[in-house]
Amino acid sequence: MQCFASSISRPGGVARDSGGAAVMEMMDQIFVDLKHWLVSLAPAQWQPLISALISVAAIIAVFASLFAVTTILERKGLGRIQNRYGPNRVGPFGLLQPAADGLKALTKEDIVPRSADQVLHFLAPLVLVVPAFLALAVLPVGRNMAVVDLDAGLLFFFAVGAATELSVFMAGWSSRNKYSLLGAMRAIAQMISYEVPLILSGVCAIMMAGSLSPEKIIEAQSAYSGWVPHWNVFTPWGLAGFIVFLIAAAAESNRAPFDLPEGESEIIAGYYIEYSGFKFALFFLGEYIGMFAVSGLAITLFLGGWHAPASFLEWIPSYIWFFAKLLGIIALFIWVRGTLPRLRMDQLMSFAWKFMLPMALVNILAAGIWRFTPGITRWIVCTTLVAGSYVLLARGLAAHSSVAKRKYRYAE
Amino acid sequence: MFKGSPKSVMTVAFVILGVLTLSSGIAAMMQRNLVHCALSLSITLAGLAGLYLQLDAQFVGFAQILIYVGAVAILIVFAILLTRENEPGSQSRYISNGYLGFGLALALFAVIGGAIVSSKTLGRGQVPAPEATVRQLGDQLMTRYVLPLEVLGLLLTVALIGAVIIAMQEKESKSPGGTK
Repeated sequence: MQCFASSISRPGGVARDSGGAAVMEMMDQIFVDLKHWLVSLAPAQWQPLISALISVAAIIAVFASLFAVTTILERKGLGRIQNRYGPNRVGPFGLLQPAADGLKALTKEDIVPRSADQVLHFLAPLVLVVPAFLALAVLPVGRNMAVVDLDAGLLFFFAVGAATELSVFMAGWSSRNKYSLLGAMRAIAQMISYEVPLILSGVCAIMMAGSLSPEKIIEAQSAYSGWVPHWNVFTPWGLAGFIVFLIAAAAESNRAPFDLPEGESEIIAGYYIEYSGFKFALFFLGEYIGMFAVSGLAITLFLGGWHAPASFLEWIPSYIWFFAKLLGIIALFIWVRGTLPRLRMDQLMSFAWKFMLPMALVNILAAGIWRFTPGITRWIVCTTLVAGSYVLLARGLAAHSSVAKRKYRYAE
Repeated sequence: MFKGSPKSVMTVAFVILGVLTLSSGIAAMMQRNLVHCALSLSITLAGLAGLYLQLDAQFVGFAQILIYVGAVAILIVFAILLTRENEPGSQSRYISNGYLGFGLALALFAVIGGAIVSSKTLGRGQVPAPEATVRQLGDQLMTRYVLPLEVLGLLLTVALIGAVIIAMQEKESKSPGGTK
């Protein structure tokens, strides 16, 4: 089994064993080979352009259909958690509901308030969707299947994520609506606050791999000891980092329980009140694509990317593993959305700055200790460090909050 | 990304990025609506990031977007939001009488341009482009420039503590006159 795994994990490796390994390798690289064949059909000058266009079209097609699938999964899943059916009218078991939603969004009237800032109002959904799709470009979806292989790929990802905050502001400001502006300011404050634990918890994985490139980070997690893979999530700092990263990712994409800026029962719809029809659908699309992008990054940093969870399962193609893990994380987000109540704004902010940031910093310290300590000691030291700081922080912060009449800072 | 491209492609890219940066900079100066100025400024900063990326300085380019567009531009926008009321927008779209400012800017440009043109660096000839990977930046930061790194950390900590102190709830009682 070991030589089987090693023949597959060589980049573009030649299968030495039986014909079965060759078939599996072909299945693994089938999309890469298809793209190379399509590019070779074009004249030589246009080939880089055609190659880029094919990759971009593939990413948009795959992730937009994943968006459609996720909307129906989410509504059915939430429905079952809340003891009701989800949508079940449109197709068999409601499976054609995304088509109905898309048609509805396309045919609704596009209402723009007269006093709204027309240019900003128009541009805000675009500024949300384009960076969200850009962020998908550096994720390795399978073996040799990242659209671009940048040396500073992770920095590109975070930079592009930071550009989405401007779109939130543009949407909130241009609508000339008090609730919209309030929702936008809350959303920006939340996104900026949770960006810090997001990046800091990703720093541990970067430290251990020694590179900002997602391909190299996945390569650093590619070993197997027996059947157990060397993913980052199976180390103490990796597990804590993964949990912090997922919580920060949920907050970055305004997912429940962090969806106060867009809470439907609190502030009507937050910063996209004044959007209707297709622009609203674009906001929705941008948020979900952002969620896919950070989930994909969590998979790359902590869950070993496109590697299989056991060394005897390496024959299943790499992109299937990536999308299986992605669907698992999406299911986790849907589950959390259906279960937990929404956090209030001050709870949200204090959670970010008083709990997540110290946990992320302790995690970096634990990762550093892990690197330089040998053997079983590092397991014991890192686990006690991470678990101990978690317990101390949680107990310490809970001791300060008392159930009393709430004091308002500005209203009295 | 652009490493293998011929010189004409680089020139076209440079011209496009330069025009974008300059025009959004001019728009940031000349518009009356302050929010539009701030957003034009963020386009200028993104154009600068594109220029850095064209020079193959990946870390600086992406850090420019992450920090300037992602944090500084939002800071500017928040400052505008919290301190200005809504302007009715009945005035003209562009500021029209900036002749004195234009003259001063021209004089400043002449001074800086003269200093650059007459410097020794321009006449040095072609030097080999340095490799500016993140690894080398990290190495240099940890060995040769470690003192500025520590001073920067100290500065950021002081700024953070200062921000917390400014925003902290005062312990003495505020006058109870709020809206009820």
